[in-house]
Amino acid sequence: MFEKIAKILAEYKGIDVSEVTMESSFADLGVDSLDAVELVMNLEDELGVTIEMNNQVQTVAELVKLVEESK
Amino acid sequence: MSFTILGTGSSLPGVMVTNDDLAKIVDTSDEWITARTGIKERRVLGGRLLEELAEEAAQQALSRAGLSAGKLDYIFCTTVRGDYATPSLAGIVGGRIGAHCPAMDLNAACAGFLYALDLADAFFKSGRAKNILIVSAEAMSRLADWTDRATCVLFGDGAGAAVVSSRGSGQLLTMRLRSQPNREILWAGAPRGNCPFGGQSEERSPYLHMNGQEVYKFAVRTVMEDAEQLLEETGLTAEQVDWYVLHQANRRILDAARSRLGQPKEKFPMILGETGNMSSACIPVLLDTMARKGCLKGGQLLFMSAFGAGLVSGSCLMRL
Repeated sequence: MFEKIAKILAEYKGIDVSEVTMESSFADLGVDSLDAVELVMNLEDELGVTIEMNNQVQTVAELVKLVEESK
Repeated sequence: MSFTILGTGSSLPGVMVTNDDLAKIVDTSDEWITARTGIKERRVLGGRLLEELAEEAAQQALSRAGLSAGKLDYIFCTTVRGDYATPSLAGIVGGRIGAHCPAMDLNAACAGFLYALDLADAFFKSGRAKNILIVSAEAMSRLADWTDRATCVLFGDGAGAAVVSSRGSGQLLTMRLRSQPNREILWAGAPRGNCPFGGQSEERSPYLHMNGQEVYKFAVRTVMEDAEQLLEETGLTAEQVDWYVLHQANRRILDAARSRLGQPKEKFPMILGETGNMSSACIPVLLDTMARKGCLKGGQLLFMSAFGAGLVSGSCLMRL
């Protein structure tokens, strides 16, 4: 799951996937709350699930947890 | 059956509020607002009445249509809230312009103008009307909570109008209106009154409340679903659309739609940088802005789409 998210995030922000770690915060990566929705929408399309937005999600680890809880 | 926009009009109030002005009253900045929304400034009514703006837009549309108010068969006014709960803003505007036809307000939140186009189409097809005035006039500054930095930066006031007709060479190819009820993510309450009998319902905040992330998701998904469905229905392609006239809620929504549709930026006209989100007035004001610049030409294909509280949405393909 982390690999999938890291790849989508890296592509979206135009950065190297190696820059994305579990500890990376959205602030570090320049991901704002609407970028977060874009990421979640991409994941929804890829995984075929519906993920409810949670604006408390601020790091990659928290996003991984949110996605896994939706499956 | 033809459906033609004979003329458009628009009017914005004179009081301008910049992002720097907002930074003085709430914890925000020009940089944050611009990056998050694309909005730089917006207009507010201040002490003026919405009916004045509505009349100005209506008069322009009539003048550009070459039609006198006396020839109108109906007036629809789309608004979340006029200066009065009653009489309707449509009735008031009708009085101001000297029309003698029936008039009613229609509240479909930000999708109001699309809902009104659909209604006009139904009236044309039933033979009940030939010329209809649609006025979309919104005073969002009265709904926004100007102490809430998350919402007050988004909205502005304005009025747009269009005279639509069953004659002419235009066509409304297809229309999709939807309602996907979800009150929690976007709402503003109405007054309870002071009736002393039977208790009182819970007080509902009169200000706009919005879950920005969920609304963004709904907006982008809806525009894309509608675009795909309407294009498939008509056998047309995204490339063939000349203009994507989208509800001006947030630049990020327009960017997201543009990227998913794979179409060039030039096809996505924008005024939100100067107007903010004027609810249902956005699309007619945008159309009028384009018309005044000479952008709109007969034969062009327009995809129009708007989405708002409800959750409602309306999208159409129109041939000018």
